[in-house]
Amino acid sequence: MKACGKVHKYGDNVDTDVIIPARYLNTANMEELAQHCMEDIDIDFAKNVKKGDIMVAKANFGCGSSREHAPASIKASGISCVIAKSFARIFYRNAINIGLPIIECEDAAEKIEAGDEVEIDFDTGVITNKTKGESYQGQSFPEFLIKIINANGLLNSLKEN
Amino acid sequence: MGMTMTQKILAAHAGLEKVKAGQLIMADLDLVLGNDVTTPVAINEFNKAGFTDIFNKDKITMVMDHFTPNKDIKAATQCKQCREFACKYDITHYYDVGDVGIEHALLPEKGLVVPGDAVIGADSHTCTYGALGAFSTGVGSTDMCAGMAAGKTWFKVPSAIKFNIVGKLPKYSAAKDVILHIIGMIGVDGALYRSMEFSGEGLKNLTMEDRLCMANMAIEAGAKNGIFAVDEVTKEYLKGRTDREYKVFEADADAEYDEEYTIDLSEIKPTVAFPHLPENARTFDNIPEIKIDQVVIGSCTNGRIEDLRAAAEILKGKKVASNVRCIVIPATQNIYLTAMKEGLLEIFINSGCAVSTPTCGPCLGGHMGILAAGEKAVATTNRNFVGRMGHTESEVYLASPYVAAASAVAGKIAQPSDVM
Repeated sequence: MKACGKVHKYGDNVDTDVIIPARYLNTANMEELAQHCMEDIDIDFAKNVKKGDIMVAKANFGCGSSREHAPASIKASGISCVIAKSFARIFYRNAINIGLPIIECEDAAEKIEAGDEVEIDFDTGVITNKTKGESYQGQSFPEFLIKIINANGLLNSLKEN
Repeated sequence: MGMTMTQKILAAHAGLEKVKAGQLIMADLDLVLGNDVTTPVAINEFNKAGFTDIFNKDKITMVMDHFTPNKDIKAATQCKQCREFACKYDITHYYDVGDVGIEHALLPEKGLVVPGDAVIGADSHTCTYGALGAFSTGVGSTDMCAGMAAGKTWFKVPSAIKFNIVGKLPKYSAAKDVILHIIGMIGVDGALYRSMEFSGEGLKNLTMEDRLCMANMAIEAGAKNGIFAVDEVTKEYLKGRTDREYKVFEADADAEYDEEYTIDLSEIKPTVAFPHLPENARTFDNIPEIKIDQVVIGSCTNGRIEDLRAAAEILKGKKVASNVRCIVIPATQNIYLTAMKEGLLEIFINSGCAVSTPTCGPCLGGHMGILAAGEKAVATTNRNFVGRMGHTESEVYLASPYVAAASAVAGKIAQPSDVM
């Protein structure tokens, strides 16, 4: 499986309150929430994002609340993968459980810039920066998690067992 | 190599003799929690996946606390969905307006968590119950759904950081100051993926409410869970709340820790976490004059009776400054009633505070105290992210009930000694 797209770049400690502000959480409609995704730190994100685009951030991405609306609204906005130096653990878990591809890679998080064209190969964990002509090695998932990801989320994998 | 408290609890729930950090396990759950924001997503997933039953009606709890009393039609619709699901599956511990409290104050009060439990909650502050010597962690709605259906979930066994607590807090220093100090020291990702384990001779000087406050904010250091060693304070707290038998898990003497810190409570000073991260902890030797517009005293961090007593001690016979709106939110109905009987509500109202029914409300910028652009609030809540309590250009300063009450009186960020 591969993802390819243009990069939206953010910094350290992007919290779930800016990914999707709580004032909108009176609905669980993820398409509706996607219209407000990232708006508190990037007002034009929903307008600019295109299907397949990639989000890149630095350390502790998704810190804060447990709201699954955060990865779900990112996914619904069309983002195909989030790359970060590290993820907050609940966000990490939620992303896997709902089938939003994420990958930890310090090198990529540092070097990739906004607007770069990037491709990710999930089988090898290799991230290719087509704009800069560089590649970075991301961390691959343990087998246990690959099973959940391949089953398209936790609930399907539970049902398979 | 020995195991930490958390590792022992996880091993017991996975039916394993031993686990080690990094190991992936399936563990049985003693309690699965959701609120009015996260439960609707879990119910949607439950229905979409075609589940037809829950694992145990006594081990699921739903607490309508975030946008209640319903702030608008959409919030009302979400609560209605939860209520109908709870009714359909006869969920025992469903709490709604009238008997609801803020989940992480309510569940310990009701005796729903005991030492040695494994608890997941679709709310990040589920780590609060570590105060009782349980393994307890926040998850998302899909995890909640799986937990409701199967009564188990997967965990990666965490390593741990040990905090050796010694000494006793000085007057007007609080558990909130301790945890803000710790987060300031290790950072908002200082405990990422790991446990924070609290033990030591100083624990006896921390009440259960102090411990609940500290464990509550373990997530603000990125931790998977915070956990306190079980002692007489724990056992005393549980008396009369539950008749469930429980097992006390102690860390092995040779348990391995990534890092160890000694926290001397006697050195803890009133502390304020500046916008926009809880790690921006400052003591008053490093705080300039900052005029404020609002004070919030409440939340799952600091809305318990001892917090209200602390605030009332400061506010008694004084007036909230004319430039400040001070909102006090007892975290549960029982706390509300106790505060009423003790005359605390009278003190608050006489000093010019608004007193609200239990709700998470302003803490997450939901309702009941939203900030406009440019406004500043001192809050006893747990997060000061951009836009957390309202407009993206508003600011939240996190502090203890003592500091919050003193700030309300002073009209600017102040410590108790400034007004007492």
